[in-house]
Parts: sequence; structure tokens; C-alpha cells
Amino acid sequence: MTTVEVSFTPLPAHVRTARLVATAVARRSGVDEALLDEVRLAVGEACSRAVEAHRLYCPAEPVRIALTDAAGRFEVEVTDAGSDGFPGSGDSDSGDGEGGGGEGGQPGGSDGVTAAPPQPGESAHFDRGLGLAVIAGLADDVRIRETSGGVSITMSWPAPGGIAHKPGPALPSRGPHA
Amino acid sequence: MDLKLDHHTKDGIEVVNVEGEIDVYTAPRLRELLIELVNNGYYQLVVNMEKVEFLDSTGLGVLVGGLKRVRAHDGSLDLVCTQERILKIFRITGLTKVFGIHDTVDEAIAARKAEK
Repeated sequence: MTTVEVSFTPLPAHVRTARLVATAVARRSGVDEALLDEVRLAVGEACSRAVEAHRLYCPAEPVRIALTDAAGRFEVEVTDAGSDGFPGSGDSDSGDGEGGGGEGGQPGGSDGVTAAPPQPGESAHFDRGLGLAVIAGLADDVRIRETSGGVSITMSWPAPGGIAHKPGPALPSRGPHA
Repeated sequence: MDLKLDHHTKDGIEVVNVEGEIDVYTAPRLRELLIELVNNGYYQLVVNMEKVEFLDSTGLGVLVGGLKRVRAHDGSLDLVCTQERILKIFRITGLTKVFGIHDTVDEAIAARKAEK
């Protein structure tokens, strides 16, 4: 198992960095080149959502990402500590790409005004729900659950034959007095 | 890569050229440009995305917001895009039914003129 963990200050500018790191680790884990665009987009969506939540509720707390290569799967978990729940609340699995857009992205119990993201614009709530729809449409397997402090989004893709599964090069032998 | 934006008028339609990555960091700049154009009376827009390398839902939201604004003035917002990686996100979200998506700027302009 190879795990890379990244945490970053919740600023929109860092989401690109997170995407690049996730794509690099996915490639190294053996994810097919044809799927790397999907990994990049899905991780970006999850990080954008987390950044938005942190900026609203806990701007001093970093967003955390765990990238794991195990059992032929490349798994990404993006955890935020700053939301007040997930729409519909409770654990939910998503995989059919439905549910995006419109009202779907509003945190449960919010009035939709106080939960508006920092960036001005008329499409903020649209973006948020749409981001989750995009993730569901891109990742093979998506699990979204509430944690004690926020929301965790876990996504995975097949990663056959990654470097983690291959034997490393033989180390040069050393003599007893080398 | 950062976002590069420019625009020019062609055959009475404002063509917005977008180059780079449209994400949560850069999308506000595109949003501001679209709002500025509409506020200045440009209601027929073509957004050329041939040089866009990355587009996420924040960018989609900006485009939908732009469409909403021009439609309020009986205008239009068409897209130019042939890149599969960008088109895929429009398909996933069903937005291919919302936007006119064309292969070239000339084709987008011709289609818009034909509808008038």
C-alpha cells in the first residue's frame, strides 16, 4: 500500500496543485492514462467543494487528501472539516450521475444565503451540486459520508500493475567490507 | 497554467477566446468578463474554448450564468469546442442540451445568423 497525504490551506489557488499531485500519484499507481483526466477532474471537484466549505466555516483549517494505492485500486479521500452536513444528510453512495444542479448542493438546514460561498456570482449553488454530479459521473466508485466535523468524499479507480505492485530494481550487492 | 481571456467582435457577434484552465480559482475572471460584456450591451456571445485545458463545474456554472444573463436580453451564448476531455463534462451534466456547441467560431456564428 502506498499512501500520499496532502494538506493545504483552503485557497482556490491550491486546488490546482492538489489536482496535479493526485494525477501524478494516480499515474504512478498504474491508473490507465485514459482515466487520468477523470481523476484530475473528480479530485478537483472534491477539493473545490472542500475549499468552499472551509472558507465558510473554518478558514484556518487545512483541507486533507489521502491518495492510496492498494489491491489494484487507486483511492482518493478528500476530507473537509468545515461543513455543517451534506445535502440529504447521512451516508450516501452515489454512482448514477443523477442529483446534480439546482438545489442539490445546499447544505442541509441552511437557508441558502448564509451558506453562500465567498465568491460572488449567481451560480454558486448550481456549481456545488453540479460538482458532486460530476464526481459521480467520473469515478467508478464514490462514497460520501458525514464525519464528526464535515464531509468525506472517497473515490476510486482501477490501478492494475502500479509501481507499488512491481518489485523494485535489485540493489547492487555489497561485499562484506564494501 | 493561468487563464487568458480576450474578445473581439466578428459579424456582429462578440467572440470570447479562453485559454488555459477554468477552475474555482480562475472562473471568477471569466464570470467578470461575461458580466462586463452583457453590461456593455453585447448579448450575442460565442465562447471559444478550443484552447481550454481544464474545465470544472465552477466553469460550467459561469457559462450557465452567462447564458442566463444574455437570455434575459433575448441573446445567445454558444460554445466552440472539439476537445473530447472538455466535451465529456458537458455530456455528463446534460449541458449539451443547453448550449449550442460548435466545431469552429465561423460555424457558431453561421448557426446563430441562421436562427435569426
